[in-house]
Amino acid sequence: MMNRQGRPTAPGEGAAGRIETVLGHRGLDHEEALIFEIGQGGRSGVDLPDVPAVESRLGGLARNDTIGLPGLSEPQVVRHYVRLSRRNYAIDMGLYPLGSCTMKHNPRLNEKLARLPGLADLHPLAPLSTVSGAIELMGTLAHWLKVLTGMPAVALSPKAGAHGELCGMMAIRAAHVAKGEGALRTRVLVPESAHGTNPATAAYCGFKVDPVPATEDGRVDLAALKAKLGPDVAAIMLTNPNTCGLFERDILEIAEAVHGVGGYFYCDGANFNAIVGRVRPGDLGVDAMHINLHKTFSTPHGGGGPGSGPVVLSDALAPFAPLPWVVETDGGYTLVEAEAGESFGRMAAFHGQMGMFVRALAYMMSHGADGLAQAASDAVLAANYIQAKLSDVMTAAFEGPCMHEALFDDRFLKDTGVTTLDFAKAMIDEGYHPMTMYFPLVVHGAMLIEPTESESRESLDAFIAVMRALATAAKAGEVERFTGAPHYAPRRRLDETAAARKPVLRWTPAVPVQAAE
Amino acid sequence: MTVKYTKDHEWIAVTGSTGRVGITDYAQSQLGDIVFVELPAIGKALEKGGEAAVVESVKAASEVYSPVTGTVTAANEPLADEPALVNSDPRGEGWFFEVELADASELDGLMDEAAYKDYVASLD
Amino acid sequence: MRYLPLTGADRTAMLAAIGAPSVDDLFRDVPVSARLPGPVDLPAHLGEWEVEKAIAAMAARNRHSGDLASFLGAGAYRHHVPAAVDHLIQRSEFLTSYTPYQPEIAQGTLQYLFEFQTQVGMLTGMEVANASMYDGSTACAEAVEMARRITGRKRVVLSGNLHPHYAEVIRTLGALHETDIVQDAPRPAGGEALVPALDKATACVVVQYPDVFGNIRDLSALAAAAQANGALLVVAVTEVVSLGALVPPGAMGADIVVGEGQGLGGGLGFGGPYLGLFATRAKYVRQMPGRLCGETVDAEGRRGFVLTLSTREQHIRREKATSNICTNSGLCSLAFTIHLSLLGEAGFTKLAALNHARAVQAAQALAAVPGVSVLNPAFFNEFTLKLSREAAGVVEALVAKGILAGVPGARLWPGQADLANILLVAVTETNTTAEIEAFAAALAEVLA
Repeated sequence: MMNRQGRPTAPGEGAAGRIETVLGHRGLDHEEALIFEIGQGGRSGVDLPDVPAVESRLGGLARNDTIGLPGLSEPQVVRHYVRLSRRNYAIDMGLYPLGSCTMKHNPRLNEKLARLPGLADLHPLAPLSTVSGAIELMGTLAHWLKVLTGMPAVALSPKAGAHGELCGMMAIRAAHVAKGEGALRTRVLVPESAHGTNPATAAYCGFKVDPVPATEDGRVDLAALKAKLGPDVAAIMLTNPNTCGLFERDILEIAEAVHGVGGYFYCDGANFNAIVGRVRPGDLGVDAMHINLHKTFSTPHGGGGPGSGPVVLSDALAPFAPLPWVVETDGGYTLVEAEAGESFGRMAAFHGQMGMFVRALAYMMSHGADGLAQAASDAVLAANYIQAKLSDVMTAAFEGPCMHEALFDDRFLKDTGVTTLDFAKAMIDEGYHPMTMYFPLVVHGAMLIEPTESESRESLDAFIAVMRALATAAKAGEVERFTGAPHYAPRRRLDETAAARKPVLRWTPAVPVQAAE
Repeated sequence: MTVKYTKDHEWIAVTGSTGRVGITDYAQSQLGDIVFVELPAIGKALEKGGEAAVVESVKAASEVYSPVTGTVTAANEPLADEPALVNSDPRGEGWFFEVELADASELDGLMDEAAYKDYVASLD
Repeated sequence: MRYLPLTGADRTAMLAAIGAPSVDDLFRDVPVSARLPGPVDLPAHLGEWEVEKAIAAMAARNRHSGDLASFLGAGAYRHHVPAAVDHLIQRSEFLTSYTPYQPEIAQGTLQYLFEFQTQVGMLTGMEVANASMYDGSTACAEAVEMARRITGRKRVVLSGNLHPHYAEVIRTLGALHETDIVQDAPRPAGGEALVPALDKATACVVVQYPDVFGNIRDLSALAAAAQANGALLVVAVTEVVSLGALVPPGAMGADIVVGEGQGLGGGLGFGGPYLGLFATRAKYVRQMPGRLCGETVDAEGRRGFVLTLSTREQHIRREKATSNICTNSGLCSLAFTIHLSLLGEAGFTKLAALNHARAVQAAQALAAVPGVSVLNPAFFNEFTLKLSREAAGVVEALVAKGILAGVPGARLWPGQADLANILLVAVTETNTTAEIEAFAAALAEVLA
């Protein structure tokens, strides 16, 4: 069929073959050089006023080398970064089923509010009399977090989840030291399925990491745990729901047993999204838990940060919280920066990730108590739906309902010549970001799928159809579809071995840089 | 020369009182492309079963344990620039370090080639 | 609920497919006593406009830096961020992507991280930089930990003129590892002698450049002394724009340079999120914390980028990792990279020169006020005033006159009487000559 201009509207013969293009672009997929290869000296994308003539006070330390920065006008810079952006997958493009990462929708209202000058243009050391609204916002966020977790206190300053873990474990350490048991409490129990940050944090705090095995149904082995308890146990670090996407049924007994020997219960709150508004960690015997605001409360992941990891604390640990903190006073809130008491110290300069606090509070207020519980319900429902719809063609790692993520192993790929990695890369060709793979470590060839509550049923069904088709193709011997994947991405598989053997970690000019005028 | 093996997949080839240590072909195949090797300093005292070196692939880092107690007398410096030697020639140019044995009787507790072969066959 | 796509009919159909009678049934592993019977005691959901109104009301109770003439610094600096920066970092593909663990569909993130690492290396004069840390203070504490790993020593010497928050973070983490921390008293006028504090047991010496009072000095002799003792020189830069005007720490022999990158691309944001810079010598790269992006090729031989050397990190090394850090400051590093790309060599050096010139003008104007002396022999865009009375009260009095005069000594060194009359003043390109004159006039009135 022809259109009015007489051009064919459907691909004709020859369209299937790949042609080499002049500049290497492939239609909308532009090859883009490094910024250093584009710019030249002299240009700038920023207009600045003339520099007043003054006598230098630099004390003889004026920079006299060429830094090497390229010079570009604003349109060049904008085009460069727009082109780069188009080489990324994003939640705004499609389902992002990274288990344990909670890639949910990021409402744009939150971005707008975080940019209000009254919040964004505040100096952290501005006189407290000028920032009462900011302190109020922090206090309000703290209130929501305490009520949702059923915990009496919260430290807002940790900058990310792992930083929150560090905060919680330092509070635990401080509590033991205060009781005169600092030298005695040397061991921290960590399930084998834990996030890598858990053992890293415990070790960083000077504790010996003692792994706890899992049962065949993917949960902490209570008997093995009890056998490991003793007067030298400082804490257990447990994720709940756990990294297999399962709720720890014995959680109350675990907490009681650990408390019984004088240890504390650190909960990794990475998976709080599954239970927010429905279950309070405070009712599970938790002493400390970090909350990844960038997971459960939807602050954008931003390609790997910034995060924010407030830590809720029990009465036993609250006195040791890091500075600064917000206290509720008559008719308002006050920021305490200096009064040390039993605080274990300071985790970072200033008061925490304020920009994330604004976004998280806007998210919570938008959902409300009812909407947050509904979000948790929908997240769990969606994961179970995926598990139910895929279990006949893929192999679920464990039986029974999962929480917010569905975990499969690679038994269904046995003898196909296709690995979990190949399977993941084939998903890229199908327009999806792969799920989390090879984690948790306790499951062979793990595929951890977390759809979140942000997906419509139509979206879930499309994803399920793709996963089914891929599983069928793998079993049918279509190996090249997997081992050669991705075929349709800005890059084919990258040589990570070469990158690690001879690391090239920055650009260097091929020829000496010309001095800028 | 006596060659013995550990359950952690190290080999030790002993000549006189000196043993040369590396990882087995099975170990390198399990690790995949080796990208980095951290060797012990010469003169370092090693315990049997203690951490002696680190071998890294892109996605994994593994400790290499000393099969015997002793003192490090040599390290295979070319591995710093060419870690791939561990993949291409694990029993030859891909050796890790040499150790002066403190107690030759420790070798008795290790596997010989045939026993190690059976051991590998029993895995997986 | 505007963010939740599932309808009642969807939920019913999905439960049927699962074979579960209700959503509650999916929560059956939760102990009965821990299941909440109804919503928690918090308000119900709100429309977009209602949320905006509530949060805008809180924002309105603040007096922001754009409303007043602001001379606040001490680790956070108000620079103009071009509109293109905020536009670009809000593109969905940057804002709503995850850590680039699937490099084939994350080349956008990976390439800018490579550009970022290169820029940080250029600015600091160091060979390698990582893909960012949480902020300057945590980067500084990580540098101390790295120096301990490299040297196998536990003694750490801190400059008395290191930002007190940075020193506190180092102390807090140092307490975990029995670090022996030595620190002299602050010297607002500079002139601290650190070389005698070094010995053969010292892992590193940490200095800020420019220091917390704004002083700058040549660190070459300190670097040489550290090296002679087998210790590392760690240099912390809290005002990254200074590197457009000053000899970079790398050129003076620094072993690790850490910094706060907020001054490029980031706003003040009441303290976060900020951007930790971390750079070092190539030989120490495997002891470095944080993510690293490296260049490689794909299966078709085309240049591409990947996260590399990740065996240092927690997700592989677990309890043996160099640090427990996981998240970095991805989007903040993007803002930094774009802002610096817009400035370019000419723009960045001019921006730095402008900051210095305005600060010199301000120092002259303020030094002329009776009861005021400028303590710094040399400075970049921040200097320290000694006032004839306690600075905290003066700052409050100046707020009423529309001026955020600076950070009083009592805020950073509470209870330290000898620093109560100290005022840290920062001046950037955003401060006009008129603001500087108004500040001087108002200060004269308050001190009169």
